[in-house]
Amino acid sequence: MLNESDLLALGITLKLALLTTCILLLIGTPLAWWLSKSRWKYKFLLEAIIALPLVLPPTVLGFYLLLLLGPNGPLGGLMIAMGGRPLAFTFTGLVIGSVVYSMPFVIQPLQNAFSAIGSRPLEVAATLRASPLDRFFTIAIPLARPGFLTAAVLGFAHTVGEFGVVLMIGGNIPGETQVLSIAIYDHVEGLEYAHAHWLSGGLLLMSFLLLIAVYAFNRRSKVVSNGF
Amino acid sequence: MLSIVALKWSAMDSKVTANFRIQQDDFMLDSAFSIPATGVTALFGSSGCGKTTLLRAIAGLENTQSGYLKVGDRVWQDDNSFVPPHLRSIGYVFQESSLFEHMNVKRNLEYGLKRVAPVDQKVSLDRVIELLGLGGLLLRKPESLSGGERQRVAIARALAVSPSLLLMDEPLAALDHSRKQEVLPYIESLHKELEIPVIYVSHSLEEVAQLADHLILMEHGKVVDSGDIHDMFTRLDLPLAHELDASAIINATVTGFDELYHLMFLQFAGGTITVAGQNLNKGDAVRLRLVARDVSLTLEHQSSTSILNIFPVTVDEILQTGPAQLIVRLMAGGVPMLSKITRKSASELNLEPGKKVFAQVKSVALLS
Repeated sequence: MLNESDLLALGITLKLALLTTCILLLIGTPLAWWLSKSRWKYKFLLEAIIALPLVLPPTVLGFYLLLLLGPNGPLGGLMIAMGGRPLAFTFTGLVIGSVVYSMPFVIQPLQNAFSAIGSRPLEVAATLRASPLDRFFTIAIPLARPGFLTAAVLGFAHTVGEFGVVLMIGGNIPGETQVLSIAIYDHVEGLEYAHAHWLSGGLLLMSFLLLIAVYAFNRRSKVVSNGF
Repeated sequence: MLSIVALKWSAMDSKVTANFRIQQDDFMLDSAFSIPATGVTALFGSSGCGKTTLLRAIAGLENTQSGYLKVGDRVWQDDNSFVPPHLRSIGYVFQESSLFEHMNVKRNLEYGLKRVAPVDQKVSLDRVIELLGLGGLLLRKPESLSGGERQRVAIARALAVSPSLLLMDEPLAALDHSRKQEVLPYIESLHKELEIPVIYVSHSLEEVAQLADHLILMEHGKVVDSGDIHDMFTRLDLPLAHELDASAIINATVTGFDELYHLMFLQFAGGTITVAGQNLNKGDAVRLRLVARDVSLTLEHQSSTSILNIFPVTVDEILQTGPAQLIVRLMAGGVPMLSKITRKSASELNLEPGKKVFAQVKSVALLS
């Protein structure tokens, strides 16, 4: 079964994934909204940057993040100058890395959901006295609900599953930066296959259940939204 | 209960004045008009002539380079100001009903109402629900409604904000014939019951003839002319009088019945018209359509004829429309009507403006 360090890793993983998902939904919602509405000529550049983690090897991303967050990097240096400690090999550093790494998994479903609404429902709301902010909260967000669910689940699951970025910028400090995927790696290295089985099987089951939930929900709301 | 019928809107005796220039890809909308802010104004023209764009511009939904719009005593747009759509006192019914799919019918209806200050809530929700016959649908979700029901909810939703101007963009276009017949009476009654001025976009002359009091005629992005519906339908310098089924519209009142022959007598400013049927009540206001092809002219009042409807008219204007054809505009007690006859007949009758003749009307269509 799970030993104490496994439970610690599980706790850190869940905390990291939850925090990352929340941060991404908070910054991703306005950003995805803007991307879906904007007619800015160079919008595609921003879209490409956001999509980079989809194709970049995590170690490459991790390497640059390490330089950025380390004591000699701009962000790490800033932290030291402000009397803190560099962000590399800390939980905060992990959160920053995860936010960047999982960004496309949250932004893209949201952007697609907002685009799918089209301009008509928002125009209708405008003629019914709703201000732009009012329209956003009462029309755009409720109609984009399937997109929010997909975004949250993909963002969460992808953060739980990350390995390369964590290893590069977080290292393997039990109770601080050791997450499940790294604990599994440790168990396999130490030939503790039973432990590795428990953790891997657990992760597999959780990921599968999450995806089943998303697809089942989105299937239902698709039936609903096609019903006219 | 709030009495809507007695309610007078501030825009009642005023005007809607607009002047827009909108450039869209390969299309230029350049339109200026001024209409009384009462009754139903039809915005009529062929598909793609810019009716919808103009209506959207009035609502503030269109990005206009330059424009001027005044409704009643409020300027909604000029060179220095632009009132955003949500601050304009409008109701807008789109071509497709565009209900909020995540809300039931009741919440759709309340969406706009909740956002209107209580002092401006002149139309009660109960009244709107009753007018459009939505009592049984309130808890239904939009996806479970038929096309006609959806459009009725959309109209009710727009009315619930007590707009000082109701804009309707071909609200019947997406419906099949029987659904149209289902919704049309509601639109007619709302115009009679609530004194909200309506601008109604349509490319169906039939709908226009049935509903409109004023007409804005559009062609290729330009407003050709605008004015009173009776006048616009019969003006020889406008295209409507040259349509195959060009016709005059006449407002009349039911004054009596002939029980023996199952007929009704309808009085208008130029005389009495007799039609078959008894399905109306004395005092009912009706609208008639006289097709120009069915109106013939005689110098004397014919007594030995099967035609029931003969009344004295004065020739107003004559226009040749083909090598053999003429169209004559007539006045019957100040009401204009049209007659399509041959050049030969006109010459034999020696027709000229000012001449008094008799119009024989072969058939009359009851529009409402």
